[in-house]
Amino acid sequence: MELLGLDVLFKGSNAMRLLQGLGIAVEISIISVVISLILGMLFGIFMTWKNPVAKVISRIYLEIVRIMPQLVLLFIVFFGATRALNINISAELSSIIVFSFWGVGEMGDLVRGSLESIPKHQYESAAALGMTKGQIYYHIVIPQAVRRLIPMSINLVTRMIKTTSLILMIGVVEVMKVGQQIIEANRMASPNAVFGIYGIILLLYFLVCWPISMLARHLEKKWSN
Amino acid sequence: MANEGVLRIEKLRKSFGDNVVIDGLDLTVQPGEVVVVIGPSGCGKSTLLRCINGLEEIQGGRILLDDQEVDGRSKDIARIRQKLGMVFQSYDLFPHKTIIENVTLSPIVVQKRPKSEVIAEGEALLQRVGLLDKRDDYPRQLSGGQKQRVAIARALAMKPEIMLLDEITAALDPEMVHEVLDVILDLAREGKTMIIVTHEMSFARAVADRVIFLEGGHIVEEGIPEQFFTNPSTDRARAFLRTFEFDAVRSHVPKLQENDAASA
Repeated sequence: MELLGLDVLFKGSNAMRLLQGLGIAVEISIISVVISLILGMLFGIFMTWKNPVAKVISRIYLEIVRIMPQLVLLFIVFFGATRALNINISAELSSIIVFSFWGVGEMGDLVRGSLESIPKHQYESAAALGMTKGQIYYHIVIPQAVRRLIPMSINLVTRMIKTTSLILMIGVVEVMKVGQQIIEANRMASPNAVFGIYGIILLLYFLVCWPISMLARHLEKKWSN
Repeated sequence: MANEGVLRIEKLRKSFGDNVVIDGLDLTVQPGEVVVVIGPSGCGKSTLLRCINGLEEIQGGRILLDDQEVDGRSKDIARIRQKLGMVFQSYDLFPHKTIIENVTLSPIVVQKRPKSEVIAEGEALLQRVGLLDKRDDYPRQLSGGQKQRVAIARALAMKPEIMLLDEITAALDPEMVHEVLDVILDLAREGKTMIIVTHEMSFARAVADRVIFLEGGHIVEEGIPEQFFTNPSTDRARAFLRTFEFDAVRSHVPKLQENDAASA
């Protein structure tokens, strides 16, 4: 116990605090994921438009999302916006904004990809059977697109959860930050806590992300065709 | 109605940009008639079928089924398409639906017929194409020939007046061609109206009431199969039919032994 520095976990309410920190991380992820899923669907449909203006806008947006490190985005929104626009955005809200900005872009691209992966012939053979446009989307295109989309979007969700470990940099007291505080407080008494606490955090992230990952793999296998 | 089940095509013109694919084509197909369309690749025969089904916008002329205009842009197109069963070269079954669901989906959701009745009919159709045992399989579990037979059953389930078959054996392995064509021969015997695009000349000859030879976007020659295949009247048709024959390049005298003896 002491060798691994796990003893500090049971001092005071340390274990509880870690779990609360994890709760914050998960909460921010869930809110961002829900926003990303809903707006991402719309953005994905927008990306399939043939309008050149729509194409340029979505291209630029997606490139920004892809190229900019999330940490830079966090700093721009949290420190930059506060300075430049003279508004006060809380660290949590900044995190949700940045994660949603990122999620909508990536999700939109996944939606676009899965819609475009449905071959033209699927539309045509459904049309040849007398289906209207609405029926084609409802019975043929969307069920197939969703099957391709869900495993990929679940992977995006786990990436988002993992990336919340960055938000301690703008002062959100999530699991990493709590871990740091516990380690700092026990630096003298149990120097090995560095290993123990970060090890526990690793395990916590794993426990959250692994089932989600397994679900994605399961669905992928079930729907492969 | 006097024109029940009659398909009339008048001065049809179809182009992709500057490329004119069908140029002033006239054709009338009577109920119960089997018309086979043949011609070199790029002659517009697949495009013709796609126009008949309203899948391509046309640039001139008109297509009438039961005196109703077939127009891909009109609101009525979905209703008219129910009278036209189309089978594509690449089968295009719905991969997320079982075989029976593929066959019954459209009668249920488009024609709103009672589910139990449609399923019973769907099973009868699968029985007919010899695939009732695949009822609950998914398309990926079937061979190409089997998929194509399901696609035929799926089109028949809508009880169409006319079947349009677009090179339905072109993507199949040779040994699977027959099982698919047998289904079509059976339909022809029953008096189903069909317009068939194919490269299988012996099949065309067996199934057709009328053969149409298309080249450069118009009908170069048409006639009954016996006459067309044995004694075509145009040079173009004759040249085309010759491309299906080969001249022998080897004489079949056994020379091997002599060579062996010489080299020994």
